[in-house]
Amino acid sequence: MSKQLDMFKTNLEEFASKHKQEIRKNPQFRLQFQDMCATIGVDPLASGKGFWSEMLGVGDFYYELGVQIIEVCLALKHRNGGLITLEELHQQVLKGRGKFAQDVSQDDLIRAIKKLKALGTGFSIIPVGGTYLVQSVPAELNMDHTVVLQLAEKNGYVTVSEIKASLKWETERARQVLEHLLKEGLAWLDLQAPGEAHYWLPALFTDLYSQEITAEEAREALP
Amino acid sequence: MDRFVWTNGLLEINETLVIQQRGVRIYDGEEKIKFDAGVLLLSTHRLIWRDHKNHECCIGIPLSQIVFIEEQAAGIGKSAKIVIHLHPASSNKEPGPFQSSKSSYIKLSFKEHGQIEFYRRLSEEMTHRRWENMPVSQVMQRKSGQEPGRIRAVGIVGIERKLEEKRKETDKNISEAFEDLSKLMVKAKEMVELSKSIANKIKDKQGDITEDETIRFKSYLLSMGIANPVTRETHGSGTHYHMQLAKQLAGILQVPLEERGGIMSLTEVYCLVNRARGMELLSPEDLVNACKMLEALKLPLRLRIFDSGVMVIELQSHNEEEMLASALETVSEKGSLTSEEFAKLVGMSVLLAKERLLLAEKMGHLCRDDSVEGLRFYPNLFMTQS
Repeated sequence: MSKQLDMFKTNLEEFASKHKQEIRKNPQFRLQFQDMCATIGVDPLASGKGFWSEMLGVGDFYYELGVQIIEVCLALKHRNGGLITLEELHQQVLKGRGKFAQDVSQDDLIRAIKKLKALGTGFSIIPVGGTYLVQSVPAELNMDHTVVLQLAEKNGYVTVSEIKASLKWETERARQVLEHLLKEGLAWLDLQAPGEAHYWLPALFTDLYSQEITAEEAREALP
Repeated sequence: MDRFVWTNGLLEINETLVIQQRGVRIYDGEEKIKFDAGVLLLSTHRLIWRDHKNHECCIGIPLSQIVFIEEQAAGIGKSAKIVIHLHPASSNKEPGPFQSSKSSYIKLSFKEHGQIEFYRRLSEEMTHRRWENMPVSQVMQRKSGQEPGRIRAVGIVGIERKLEEKRKETDKNISEAFEDLSKLMVKAKEMVELSKSIANKIKDKQGDITEDETIRFKSYLLSMGIANPVTRETHGSGTHYHMQLAKQLAGILQVPLEERGGIMSLTEVYCLVNRARGMELLSPEDLVNACKMLEALKLPLRLRIFDSGVMVIELQSHNEEEMLASALETVSEKGSLTSEEFAKLVGMSVLLAKERLLLAEKMGHLCRDDSVEGLRFYPNLFMTQS
């Protein structure tokens, strides 16, 4: 097999010399590349020592992105409990990378996050409405919790009546889910809202505070 | 810039919004003009720009005016841009901000990022040309196509031709790249098939294949990025590379671990190590595989996995018994503590603080009080006071 391997390595080197820049600069091309690798059963990001990483430089791009994602999530955890929309994560990461760095797409973020799962600390991706929520703490979220999060996406908050009306649950089931989200720090309780108590999801407040955190703060948040 | 018209910015029937982006500045050719901060909207029919501060100031241009578009990457002190080359304005155009313009192109500067996605969507709209199929009631610019007998200034024709050639060249490069990529993938697939057949042979004739050959095979798999569950079961995922890495880690992490009470989560280690390396970074899997070998190599660190799945690296000398005893003392002193409070007192991350308190609870030293206000731990008086 080593002969085949050497031949492949040469082919890859040739490809890299012509198109390495393309991969670095063009997210569309990166996406195509990743999809094709997945189809044939190859993971170009499995190891920094792999050919793909060494010759095309894809590895460093994604592993560094992984570090930046971790830093952003840590910096904002005290506010949103470890749950953040993909959009906001995208904005914060772009900000942290500064003007000289290559642009990253949301697809790039998702791939980097999938790799981070190997580290065991609870990174997961939850589909909500038209987008995704990224969870960075090992809080237990089952189907009930996820469905309520999706419901909350419209207004940034949710109430017991809303849950009962849309999902047709009994009061007790709705209350339990909301209490769990409160306990995990993912929801805030608003008892002063008109009518009944509102449960707000800070993770879903996008425009309100997406400007506030600086790269400095993000780095300092790492213990 | 003389192609733009004043507009109220409202979309017509049949016209849909595709994407919008804040923080966009418009340049007339290379010149800065007064349209320096606004929201840029792309619809199926037009590009619309509205001033941030003065919402009345709103201009638009039909997509049919666009010859082609280019990306300009960000540079030092410069935002990423999209360059839009335009057909000349038609004579019956509605009034706009500029009567005449030196340049036949404009630039859009994305001061708050978003250039990539916007460019992608704009390219899509230019490819699909949806405005041709969905007429809108507003007077649209006449589509300037390849109409023979059209009177054009000679200079513009020359420029347009050059730009067209350049675009074809770029297109050619992209399609060449994709072609090369496809060819490469075919070869990669062959490698995958080959590795599968070898892996099966290893599974079947365990005795015939030497240890050496298996190790070599595993490093081939690593290079190609092929995961093979068969060999992983019998021989683990580690390779010589990971062994070396494990030894390196032991060296790098000794001091940071001592500074952090002898224990760090794998996420912290990942960030620390990669930030220090700067280049040739480790993948998360590389790190995990290396850490799995620490104990076997008798290095002074070890990998530990808590019940919750959280993974940490700790010094061998780290004695969890002592830690638990001191945790109990700390909690008793304060009466009760949450993970956050404990973390602050002791100077460790909240995640690890929680794990320690949970472990203390498991050992019977602490009791929990689980309420909406959070999880709080108390000394377990049921055990100590009978």
